[in-house]
Amino acid sequence: MNILVCIKRVPVTGGRIVLRDDEQAIETRHLGFAISPHEECGVEEAVRLIEQNGGQSTVLTLGPPEAEEQIRDAMAIGIDRGILLEVSEEWDAQATAAAIVAAVQAERAAGTEYDLIFFGNESADTGNYQVGIRVAHALGWPCVTGLKKIALADGRARCEQAIAEDRDVYEVALPAVVTVKEGLNLPRYPSVPGRLRAKKKPIDRRTPDARPAALERLRLKLPPGEGKQTEILGRGPEAAPAVVELLRQIGVI
Amino acid sequence: MVVLAVLEHDAGAIGDVAGQVLSFGAAYAAEAGMPLHAVVAGPGGETAAEQAGAFGVATLHVAEHDGLRSYAPQAIARSVVELMSRLSPAAVIGAGSERGNEVLAHVGAITELPLAANCIEVAPGEAAQLTRIRWGGSLLEEARMRGAIKLLTLAPHSFAARPAAAAQPAVERFTPALSDADLAVRVIERAQTQTGDGVSLASANVVVSGGRGAGSAAGFAPIEELAGLLGAAVGCSRAVTIAGWRPHTDQVGQTGTKIAPEIYIACGISGATQHMAGCKGAKRILAVNTDPEVLNNADFDYAVIGDLHEVLPAISAELRKAGVT
Repeated sequence: MNILVCIKRVPVTGGRIVLRDDEQAIETRHLGFAISPHEECGVEEAVRLIEQNGGQSTVLTLGPPEAEEQIRDAMAIGIDRGILLEVSEEWDAQATAAAIVAAVQAERAAGTEYDLIFFGNESADTGNYQVGIRVAHALGWPCVTGLKKIALADGRARCEQAIAEDRDVYEVALPAVVTVKEGLNLPRYPSVPGRLRAKKKPIDRRTPDARPAALERLRLKLPPGEGKQTEILGRGPEAAPAVVELLRQIGVI
Repeated sequence: MVVLAVLEHDAGAIGDVAGQVLSFGAAYAAEAGMPLHAVVAGPGGETAAEQAGAFGVATLHVAEHDGLRSYAPQAIARSVVELMSRLSPAAVIGAGSERGNEVLAHVGAITELPLAANCIEVAPGEAAQLTRIRWGGSLLEEARMRGAIKLLTLAPHSFAARPAAAAQPAVERFTPALSDADLAVRVIERAQTQTGDGVSLASANVVVSGGRGAGSAAGFAPIEELAGLLGAAVGCSRAVTIAGWRPHTDQVGQTGTKIAPEIYIACGISGATQHMAGCKGAKRILAVNTDPEVLNNADFDYAVIGDLHEVLPAISAELRKAGVT
């Protein structure tokens, strides 16, 4: 079988977010980057499914040339090949989905038919909650979102979605689009041989056709009400009575 | 022209979030000089109508179809789109919940309209200016949306639910035309997960969490001890679940559980945005950390500077001394 995993390169923000002077993006000069958390689990699941069923796994990202780093990370844990749709700035959800659909159609024309496409339920940064669903509609495939579990049998996928403390179960025929959430699995750490192999795996670099953003970003800003004063209750074990007093004051003991 | 609110409901019972959507929708409709309509899908329309009336809904549309007996996002979206073609709404508004975002994303995909998810402010108009959340609320984006129909979801708890005069809306039933493909994705069963005897993280009154500073899975012993004494849920940071020390169901954060306790005790946690996005609903946050620098990372109300493995046993001992068992 053929599985495509769509991932996004996002900064590892750590503590407080700092914006660039033009307020158009996060200042990332001092930050590292990673695969957005939900999608990391999509990568792991794709690798497991190919290990069980045989076939080929491909990772795709739309991002800057540096997103090669995240493609190599995915390859290091077992993804076979990569597609990098190179763009110089952030694209909105509709333009991103259209570029991914075009890439899937180009793959089909070149002889690769996918059975399953993984997305994250929402990206860590923009959180648009829609790219996977838009791609599924354009392809005419079913889309199940927010997966915490997936099992394949007889050309169908049984999917479990977390709903409060329970699970809602769906069953769809392949090919299908699924969007996943962290907790689906525990992604493995890449091994040193895995990292070495990743360097030799093929990446197709393509330039997608741009289209104007329907949702036009004007500026980013930090939420108000930050920077409140912290009351230090004490240092070390000697602070215990002050903590218990606080718990008593707020009525939890 | 109308403003159309898409309501989530459980057998007709609309929750707090639907009340927020209706209150926002009523204000938006009033500003735009249009009536507020709402739509629900599946059984329970009568019950929903009674509640929707309190928020100033003029007409409640009820989509009825055998395929809508269980949650089916694409089928609900198709019903909404059918209604849109009759009503030509200026805006279609849903909740920024998992399901609200999902249904509106399907509406966006079918109509090829843009969707602004998780808005916290929207000014009506041809080129609507809006503010939406990014990074689970750690960052805001101001954006402009063009086009005749605005698709919006509202970040939960960004708008107050304000019931107004209780009036019964007109109820209009319709049977949407749904294809097999629209109904291909629907809930076929609800599986109960383990009936945990522990305290639920999402609804706990007190949460005690450990981060990298716990050091290991075994390092959670003092956290569990304190949580036991306080009747609290045990949580953790993403670093902990990635290390495999605790299950993902314990994770508090942007990609974990969102909590809203009276007090959140965050031990050995640096306060990264990923984590704080999950606990900003807490009324108070107490950090226990060896490194005073973490206080610069995030907004903690209280802090104890010290090693959780020394501080927490002392707090537990103090609680026992005070008669808490």
